[in-house]
Amino acid sequence: MRAPFQGRRRLVAVAGTAVLALVAALVAVVASSTDAPVRTQSQMVAGTAENGQPVTLDTSVYLPRTVPAPAILLAHGFGGSKDDLADAARSLARRGYVVLAYSARGFGRSGGLVHLDAPEYEVADASKLISYLATLPQVLRDAPGDPRVGVAGPSYGGALGLLTAGHDRRIDAVAADITWNDLSEALFPNAAGDQPGVFKKQWAGVLFAAAPGEQPGACGRFAPDLCAAYQRAAATGEADAEILALLRAASPAGVLDRITAPTLLTQGERDSLFSLGQADANARGIAAHGTPVKEIWRSGGHDRTTSAADLVPYVDDWFGPVLQGRGRLDTSFEVAVPGSGISADTGQTVARSLRADDGATSRRTNQVAVAGPPQTIYAPAGGSPAAVTTVPGLGALLTDAAALSGAAARPGSAASPGSAAPSGPAALTGLAGLAMIPGQVAAFASAPLPTGMLVGGSSTITLQVTARDTTDATLFASLVVVDPDGGVDLPNGLVAPIRLTGLRPGVPKSVTVTLPGVVAQIPAGHRLVVAVGTTDSAYHLPTSPRGYTIALDGASVRGDLAVATIDGRLAGSGLPWSWLVVGAAAMALLLPGALVAEVRRRRRRRAVADGLETVPVVIEGLVKEYGDGYRAVDGVSFRVESGQVVGLLGPNGAGKTTALRVLMGLIRPTAGTVRLFGELVEPGAPVLSKVGTLVEGPGLLPHLSGRDNLRLFWAATGRPPRDARLDAALEIAGLGPSIERRVGTYSQGMRQRLAIAQAMLGLPELLVLDEPTNGLDPPQIAEMREVLRRYATTGRTVVISSHLLAEVEQTCTHVVVMHKGLLVAAGPVEEIVGAGGTQLAVANPEEAQRILAAAGMTSHVMPAQRSLEEVFLKMIGADQ
Amino acid sequence: MTLPPTGELDGPRPPSTRRGTHDMLAGVAEARDNGFSSRRTLRTGVEFVRQLRRRRTHLVALVLLALPLIIALAFQVSSPESSSGANNRDFTGQLLVTLATTGATNFALFTEFASASFLLVVIVALFCGDTVASEASWSSLRYLLAIPVPRGRLLRQKLIVALSLSLGANVLLPAWALVVGGLFFGWAPAQSPLGGSFTTGEGLTRLLIVVGYVSLQSLLVAGLAFLFGVLTDAPLGAVGGATLVVVLSNILDSITALGAYRRFLPTHFQYAWLDALGPAVQWDNMMRGAGVVLTYSAAFFALAWWRFQRKDIVS
Repeated sequence: MRAPFQGRRRLVAVAGTAVLALVAALVAVVASSTDAPVRTQSQMVAGTAENGQPVTLDTSVYLPRTVPAPAILLAHGFGGSKDDLADAARSLARRGYVVLAYSARGFGRSGGLVHLDAPEYEVADASKLISYLATLPQVLRDAPGDPRVGVAGPSYGGALGLLTAGHDRRIDAVAADITWNDLSEALFPNAAGDQPGVFKKQWAGVLFAAAPGEQPGACGRFAPDLCAAYQRAAATGEADAEILALLRAASPAGVLDRITAPTLLTQGERDSLFSLGQADANARGIAAHGTPVKEIWRSGGHDRTTSAADLVPYVDDWFGPVLQGRGRLDTSFEVAVPGSGISADTGQTVARSLRADDGATSRRTNQVAVAGPPQTIYAPAGGSPAAVTTVPGLGALLTDAAALSGAAARPGSAASPGSAAPSGPAALTGLAGLAMIPGQVAAFASAPLPTGMLVGGSSTITLQVTARDTTDATLFASLVVVDPDGGVDLPNGLVAPIRLTGLRPGVPKSVTVTLPGVVAQIPAGHRLVVAVGTTDSAYHLPTSPRGYTIALDGASVRGDLAVATIDGRLAGSGLPWSWLVVGAAAMALLLPGALVAEVRRRRRRRAVADGLETVPVVIEGLVKEYGDGYRAVDGVSFRVESGQVVGLLGPNGAGKTTALRVLMGLIRPTAGTVRLFGELVEPGAPVLSKVGTLVEGPGLLPHLSGRDNLRLFWAATGRPPRDARLDAALEIAGLGPSIERRVGTYSQGMRQRLAIAQAMLGLPELLVLDEPTNGLDPPQIAEMREVLRRYATTGRTVVISSHLLAEVEQTCTHVVVMHKGLLVAAGPVEEIVGAGGTQLAVANPEEAQRILAAAGMTSHVMPAQRSLEEVFLKMIGADQ
Repeated sequence: MTLPPTGELDGPRPPSTRRGTHDMLAGVAEARDNGFSSRRTLRTGVEFVRQLRRRRTHLVALVLLALPLIIALAFQVSSPESSSGANNRDFTGQLLVTLATTGATNFALFTEFASASFLLVVIVALFCGDTVASEASWSSLRYLLAIPVPRGRLLRQKLIVALSLSLGANVLLPAWALVVGGLFFGWAPAQSPLGGSFTTGEGLTRLLIVVGYVSLQSLLVAGLAFLFGVLTDAPLGAVGGATLVVVLSNILDSITALGAYRRFLPTHFQYAWLDALGPAVQWDNMMRGAGVVLTYSAAFFALAWWRFQRKDIVS
């Protein structure tokens, strides 16, 4: 009976099952990790009443597996709703927080109007929600009515978090992402002073449009005062006192000194709305009063699409120590350096994290000399054409457009006509594209940098601006990187608008310009260029035509650019030594494993049976059962003495070859032993070196000549070349000149002869040949017979397996007959053939019988047993 | 030499030309100590000769020598506009292509990038998978084992030679590409795909790191192919099987839904050497990749040994 799976098939089945199980486990782990049970419940919660009307806020609570737990109040960005926060909320709930996500007033299904994070409305709403959280039984409380709670959110929600933390002491931690410090600075930026600057009209428009109008009218759900102020600013591009007051009221800048909750500030590097400087200002303000603060400059920002879910790890890392009491608060300054690494996943460039101990003290500046003559640039009437560096609301489109158009500009291909710098050592000839319109840009370039440099933050430079015939100036400064081939890159796609007022036409004025805050790794050989342009489509531009002369400080051709940089280490996560150690340990484990195996092998081998040293072959009780239960050899025992030529006889499938394979140490017997010269045979037993074999056909290297086959085979034995008796072997092979041809071209007979010669290399004490006459012609068979007999007369021993009976009878002195794995007979040929007594051959049997009868002897006639064939057939006949 | 009395031998006389041999056979004294020691069997030099004289070895060498020339000629005939590329930083392969004609080192880097994912995998699989399996398919394996070369030693010697040949291929290709690149495109200093250029010495160091890491990565293919070569008697099965597993792992790796678990896929870090091309060498991914590969290949080698020690050689 057979088991369902045996041997090799079992191995395959087990391996297959293991692989399937592994894949299934992987899938299960992945599936379960995204499907952990997070219960949610939606509820309308009362907010601050407005104009005497009650306002309700649309909230969702996400509950973790174990409660009570600390809570997180999650606020969305401008124009969004609580639905945008579902992924982040779920993810945070899985990390053990009760998450309350809600739609701010004026958004989603919440009531009320948008007051832009006004303390009386949005901030008061947040306080009400914190009180609501304190009533939930699932929320951990520090005191009655005071839940343990953190506030987190991007942009609009981030500022809300900061403002609420400034107004409500119950907040224990804040995580504010891509948000503002002073909204008036963000929307009216000025890189050259504290005066309200150039109106960021495109962003303002996008934001205004993001508060959708369920209510009729031009203002949608904006509060009327806010709407009116915006419309005035949008029309004139000027910031009046009223809008400045509104914007400042909505800014965390005024409450930073009251924030005591540890605060995380993440700011996007691709952000033309809220610059890195806004986060810096927040961090400075909060840290000034000893509150722990951490600043992270991350990839993305308002110019890239980012989802709130990306923030979860940051938020969790920050809130964990404060709210859940696990780990320590890490206040190091982290900066994502774009293009500083290549992803092994995707092959794309990625940002690596630069880590500095402290956000404030790690800032450095490098002085880089820039050069360029005074240059006159013009602003077109109507402000068009204008440079395009950002397209608010369209995410990634903009920077690639700028980069591509910049790259297309090669020296000589698009030299800017007109006002571009005349030829000089640092002349910039290649600026073109959407971001750089010829005639509108003055450029001051550095020499190629001798070493690489990290630009991190806002660099500064002092420029001299002369307005030709106006009293004010609107300019856009940027830091541009030019590679050695002239390719232009505008890091992070940012420009810094400059607004100067009170100028006197024709009189130069020195201004210190804060260039946009960018993070870029500048390779050696690249040049830094300070570019000053007259237009940018994202800003409100003067409509009258203008001309300005821009020069370096003091009208000199050389000036100093103070390049901001950060003193930190890249790849701050540390080197993953554990991976390498595991790998090395796995490899190192192979060594003792191999040693143990070797020692065990040697120990087994030593036993040499007494008195059998001179007996070439002793087989005792040999059994070989294959994996499928088939017994190829079933309890065979016989001996072969020195000097014998033994024929191993049996029909196909008798087990001859299996027995010989065990004898060669190729397969392990199921039971029983094979001893050669007293030594137990097992794989690699040294006694096998006394055996020459040809079993189941030749095994030759087809690409080598016959002679090389023999030579290399002997070389592989490692024995002295003179012991090989190569000449004798070549004579036996008898291949003539063919011995130099590739074995691949040989006939079957030639290969057989070569294989016999190979078996006889070194004239081994025991020669085992399986079907040696296969493929030989009669004269060769006769010769082979002679060779084998001669071989035995030297005291060596020959074992031949064959099913050619005549062959065995003529060649062998002894014979062993096997059938179906069993030993049928063993002994000298004469004995086997003559089994049953002596024979007397007579010419006339009848006459002889008569004579014998007369002499008183009984006799009977029987057929003469003349050949081994007859004996053999009789032996196995019963089963045939 | 004493001739035995011929009268004792009956049967047909051998042809006269052979008789000397027969007489010699008869005359050789019985050997006692045959000078056999398993430590001397299948020495590395012998195995090297056995492998180096194979057609497939010659073919591989030919491919490796021809490939850089073909690539260089392709760049030479292509129009300069199409090869001097845009400042598109989105795909590094693209970046390496655009930089390929900068000079010798960049050309070598590109050649390495172009061949690391498949050509070198197949070649290493060929050297390591075919070495035992082809012996089995020629039936010469059983004669080696009957010499007897101990099984562990046979695997060790085969592996030493196969790994040496693999390393040779891994080194020959970029080295030759360096020479070809230098002859075709000059010896300008290498440029980083992340911007900036290296000094010649720095560039060569980076190339050396890349070649070292790619060679280490190919240990995985070597281990897989070697294991398959021990399990099966079909050389094609071993080579194809190892390649298949690598392709499979790459496909799984492209399923981003597997998230962090992908890091344990054997080929996840195969391109981590790109980290050596930045302004500063980033070691972390290469360390992870090295750890993963060492662990996997140790397991594969151990399995191969374990299996081969117990295997019935029936080929």
